[in-house]
Amino acid sequence: MAVAIEVSDISKQFRLYNEKHTSLKERVIHGGKMPFTPFWALRDVNVDIYQGETFGILGRNGCGKSTLLKCVAGILKPTTGEIKVRGSLAAMLELGAGFQPDLSGRDNIFLNGSLLGLSRADIAKRFDDIVAFAELEEFIDNQVKFYSSGMYVRLGFAVAVNVEPDVLLVDEVLAVGDAAFQRKCLDHVKKFQREGRTIVVVSHGADTIRQNCARAMVMNHGKVITVDEPGEAIRVYLADLLGVGTLEGSESGGIQGNVLAIGTVMADHGGSGARSHMYPGESLTITADLDSLAAVPNGMATIAIHDDQNELVFASDPDDQACAIDVPAGGGIVKFFFPDVPLLDGTYSVSVGVRSATETAIYDWKDQVTKFEVANPGRATGRVRLPLEVRFQLRSTGTTGEVPAVGAEFAPLALPGWEGSPA
Amino acid sequence: MSLDIEKPASSDPDPNPEPEQSSSIGGSTRFVPGQSHDRITIVNGKVQLGQRLKDLWINRDLLMLLVRTELKVKYKGSALGYAWSMLNPALVLSIYYVVFKIIARNHQPNFAIWLFAGLLVWNLFNGSSLGATSVVVGKAGIVKKVAFPRELLALSVVGLNMVLFAIQVVVLILAMVLFGITPAWQFVAILPLGLVALLVFTGALSIFLSAVNVYLRDTQHLTEVLLMAWFWGTSIVYAYGSIFLSGHQKAHPVLKWLQYVYLLNPITPIVLTFQRAIYGVTKYSYTPPGSKVPIWYNVLPTWSVAGYSAMLVAVLVVSLGLFLLALVVFGRLEGNFAEEL
Repeated sequence: MAVAIEVSDISKQFRLYNEKHTSLKERVIHGGKMPFTPFWALRDVNVDIYQGETFGILGRNGCGKSTLLKCVAGILKPTTGEIKVRGSLAAMLELGAGFQPDLSGRDNIFLNGSLLGLSRADIAKRFDDIVAFAELEEFIDNQVKFYSSGMYVRLGFAVAVNVEPDVLLVDEVLAVGDAAFQRKCLDHVKKFQREGRTIVVVSHGADTIRQNCARAMVMNHGKVITVDEPGEAIRVYLADLLGVGTLEGSESGGIQGNVLAIGTVMADHGGSGARSHMYPGESLTITADLDSLAAVPNGMATIAIHDDQNELVFASDPDDQACAIDVPAGGGIVKFFFPDVPLLDGTYSVSVGVRSATETAIYDWKDQVTKFEVANPGRATGRVRLPLEVRFQLRSTGTTGEVPAVGAEFAPLALPGWEGSPA
Repeated sequence: MSLDIEKPASSDPDPNPEPEQSSSIGGSTRFVPGQSHDRITIVNGKVQLGQRLKDLWINRDLLMLLVRTELKVKYKGSALGYAWSMLNPALVLSIYYVVFKIIARNHQPNFAIWLFAGLLVWNLFNGSSLGATSVVVGKAGIVKKVAFPRELLALSVVGLNMVLFAIQVVVLILAMVLFGITPAWQFVAILPLGLVALLVFTGALSIFLSAVNVYLRDTQHLTEVLLMAWFWGTSIVYAYGSIFLSGHQKAHPVLKWLQYVYLLNPITPIVLTFQRAIYGVTKYSYTPPGSKVPIWYNVLPTWSVAGYSAMLVAVLVVSLGLFLLALVVFGRLEGNFAEEL
């Protein structure tokens, strides 16, 4: 497969000045010296992006992903290294960049199209398409400064996609306009994919990448962490970059901690040993070590799971008799077993506690004491993988057969295990 | 692992095309075979002069559009429109006329036409250089977000001033018809050469200044002051002949040498050519009151058309060199525009 974008050993250095002198006068006064700290926004980036592929770049703010995109677009020049781009290229870094507020929509289409590299004749040919796409037929001769922000952005997007480049660079701008317009934009992206155009999407939204990309690259501190299929890349992104393993803030909230104390808490899942992360639908076991000075009868083990935004995902039922435990003097091990965890991507933290059944005493409570992560090799998005089956049947003519009871035609759920399914 | 590109059904006779080597990659993908799907753009830290020149040529439509945009934006909402663009030159012209003709009692006939000829050149040069200095900083929004040859921004200012130049030429022609002044036609024929030399030189300086101003923001103010000195160092208001062809230089051999230094100013030969063609004569006579003997004053060199042309060609050649140099400097500085703005 031909390479559309070949990035070879790209490094980009920015200079962080302690004090910046932007005039000749200041330069002369300070003897021409400007002390600076070199900052490498990109460091030895190598990646080949193939023709016809939709490629995602993931990373936190300041990881260098936008700088890389600007280098590919030719807006910034790399300090060292070389980028080869095959075919025409359009970059959508900001919609409507270069619009002149004093000019009409019509004039701006020509101006913006020219900036993106189209000739006058080309723009004239596509003019009607652009106007129709932006849904601005009535307003096209009005000055752009009177446009609403939605109209402004729609016009920008319409021009950019109608340039029909071989390579399209997109910087998190897909979410524009109302729902109908968003669907249209997405349709257009799909059309680009079908036509074999190359698309590079920069985002820190894992869902955008999962839904649209064939491969994704994860960046951090200007370096490439990995280039892989989206599921794996997102896992690496979430795991390495959002700080799994750093267990800060685990505090003991024990009120009567001297009677019973929770020791080590560990998470094991169906894929333990083979990989650090689990897949949706696998089992999960949380093991907590308990030390107790005296016997604690009528204890109640509680567990809570929070997601990486600290939203509560699950907390055990305080009245669930299944959670009742009798701890003898000397302690023991308590295991929480989830046979089927339907969670999708993310890093989840586990809080564990033991209290008395009568709720009069909390013996110990360890807040967010361990974490586990789920990587979704499939393309479903969201928080939870709801069990789902789909059946198709022809409309009943009403003359034959009994009407089946609701849900009767669905066999008992038999979900495929995720083991071995990812490539 | 990545998207498979479907091959067009049966249109490709070779079952195993090797797109990497062949130049027909466009044929193996599904877009309409057309313009430039195989064109390879290289981005690196180096300045590729040839590529820059090519890009300027490819984007000439954009240049026209930028000029038109500037014109529209500038004169939008003013009832008199382009007439306003004449206000400033007209004012300058009348001030010099009043000061030199009426107050300082200059005897030169048709002094207004003389002034106009020189100011025509100067306005184009001055307006472009000043405007271009701040253009990249002023258009930071586009420069930071869109990839295009940014030299075009500087050149669009030159283009804008070229339009104003054209309007002034029309006014000048009307004035000449009105006053019944005949130009020196054989010199009018070399004016296009002079204009081209002027545009290339102005373009070079504009490109250079627009890039430098991004890094040294007071370039703008510095340019204003230097242009003022440059104006008086060029024989626009006064006559070239009044210094170098008045007999003084025979008495002062230093002036003879100074003449060559003076001609090193690339604007001077262009201004002289415009004055020679439009003003039409190289000397005038004046008879002081009470005297019967007319005194002759030389105002312009008496070189032939070939002589003036040679000067212009020299300016053009140097300007072309400066233009390439300006592109290289611009290319160097351009790499960090998005960061500096």
